[in-house]
Amino acid sequence: MQKQIIYFDHAATTYVKPEVFEAMKPYFLQEYGNPSSIYSIGRSNRKAVEDARISVAKSLGAAEPSEIYFTGSGTEADNWAIKGAAQALRKKGKHIITSSIEHPAVMATCEFLKKEGYDLTIIPVDSEGLVHPDDVDKAIRPDTVIVSIMMANNEIGTIQPIKEIAQVCRKHGVLFHTDAVQAAGNIPIDVKDLGVDLLSVSGHKFYGPKGTGVLYIRKGVRIENFIHGGHQERNRRAGTENVPGIVGLAKALELAVENMDAHTRKLTSLRDRALKGITERIPYVRVNGSLERRLPGNLNVSFRFVEGESVLLMLDMKGIKASSGSACTSGSLDPSHVLLAIGLPHEIAHGSLRLSFGEINTEEEVDYLVDSLVEILDKLRNMSPLYEDFVKGENKNV
Amino acid sequence: MYSEKVMDHFMNPRNVGEIEDADGVGQVGNAKCGDIMKMYLKIEDGIIKDAKFKTFGCGAAVATSSMATELIKGKTIKEAEQITNRVVMEALDGLPPVKVHCSVLAEEAIAAALQDYRRRNGLEEDDRYKGCSGCCGGCGSVEMHHGTENDEEAE
Repeated sequence: MQKQIIYFDHAATTYVKPEVFEAMKPYFLQEYGNPSSIYSIGRSNRKAVEDARISVAKSLGAAEPSEIYFTGSGTEADNWAIKGAAQALRKKGKHIITSSIEHPAVMATCEFLKKEGYDLTIIPVDSEGLVHPDDVDKAIRPDTVIVSIMMANNEIGTIQPIKEIAQVCRKHGVLFHTDAVQAAGNIPIDVKDLGVDLLSVSGHKFYGPKGTGVLYIRKGVRIENFIHGGHQERNRRAGTENVPGIVGLAKALELAVENMDAHTRKLTSLRDRALKGITERIPYVRVNGSLERRLPGNLNVSFRFVEGESVLLMLDMKGIKASSGSACTSGSLDPSHVLLAIGLPHEIAHGSLRLSFGEINTEEEVDYLVDSLVEILDKLRNMSPLYEDFVKGENKNV
Repeated sequence: MYSEKVMDHFMNPRNVGEIEDADGVGQVGNAKCGDIMKMYLKIEDGIIKDAKFKTFGCGAAVATSSMATELIKGKTIKEAEQITNRVVMEALDGLPPVKVHCSVLAEEAIAAALQDYRRRNGLEEDDRYKGCSGCCGGCGSVEMHHGTENDEEAE
């Protein structure tokens, strides 16, 4: 099994499913017309985009296809939703609410608006990473223009009570946006049932192509247009449509919704197998995030006395690809803001490992992962002065 | 992102462990920053006979510790004092800019262990590192220690 790639980083990105790629291919090779052109290969592309819009609307439970806007990424959708709402509602006020565990796509957008003079309230989460709707209720002010809380967290997989938060926002007449980039394709989404006003999706998290995203804008919700130019996306997001990408995203989401039950069963079973193996065979491990309200394929653990990048490098040497919330992988001296927000001390946050399982993974791969981790942790802990102090301290107490 | 030498010293670190009857022991860094290096020295007649380390940290932290111990073994104290972060970094064929602080930590670990040796033996202390708490370089000590992050280009 060694040397071949074993991929446990599906929350970072996924491969494109062959069926999805096949659906995209004609729009690269033969049907390359511009959807805005009136001749045949233009019209066929217009139809492809509008069919995709109908399909995505159905997959997300939207009332109408016109509520679906295609973007270049989930990050773009987040930027548009928050900046667009803030700009459109300038006269109402300059107050924004978000949570402490958002993806940088939301967090940095809010920070940008803060620099532009907006007030920002960051709602804390509990030790499992959950936002409490009551806290949102208390944070809303007469001048609040938008609340943005992610549907499921990218690091610890916590699934937020989006429906309840949406109800709170609606009660106050405040727009509610949710970043559903990690949720889409992994858990059911029905925008009508959730009652959200704005929702972001990214294609490459559910076996679709990179560089594709969706912003759902509920009918009647006014936000500022995002990219100025041509008439594409009803004048709201200009630029020639990424037709193969849009077709791929729609196809991938269709497949995800179709296979949701089997997908959930498989990923949950792989995740639980890894969790059992790790916690049974490796001491001093902490599981981060809620075990109940969690994405099926997400596992996030902290190994005490070791640093995450070291674990990742050693896993990589064994062909295993994963991710960490250590400072070394965040490009700063601080570890993951999500792990700090759920109350982890720095030194434990540094030793975190995120595994995100996908449809290609097998039980054999999970067993190989656990065997590898046992070996790696043994090696790194024997090298760790923190472990040495811990062992000596423990012996002293005996 | 890492050179082959860094990966070699990370995957097969030299001189990992403790020296029971060490003549000098130094520990720098802190768990908050994500890097701790502990260095043990065996010194006879002013010569470093043996060096061992334990490190909590990233790949670069382990590799710089390993390389630092290799570089000082068999050297006189005076010679070991000349092993700066730059020397360690060059011996590893460079480090990515964000990892330069790890080599600073390696230099400081050597200095701390030598300081401990001097203290135990009533020798004059090296005041180059006075006031340095052995942090992770975030305080600007990277510039203090013979090189800035910009000096070293990424792979």
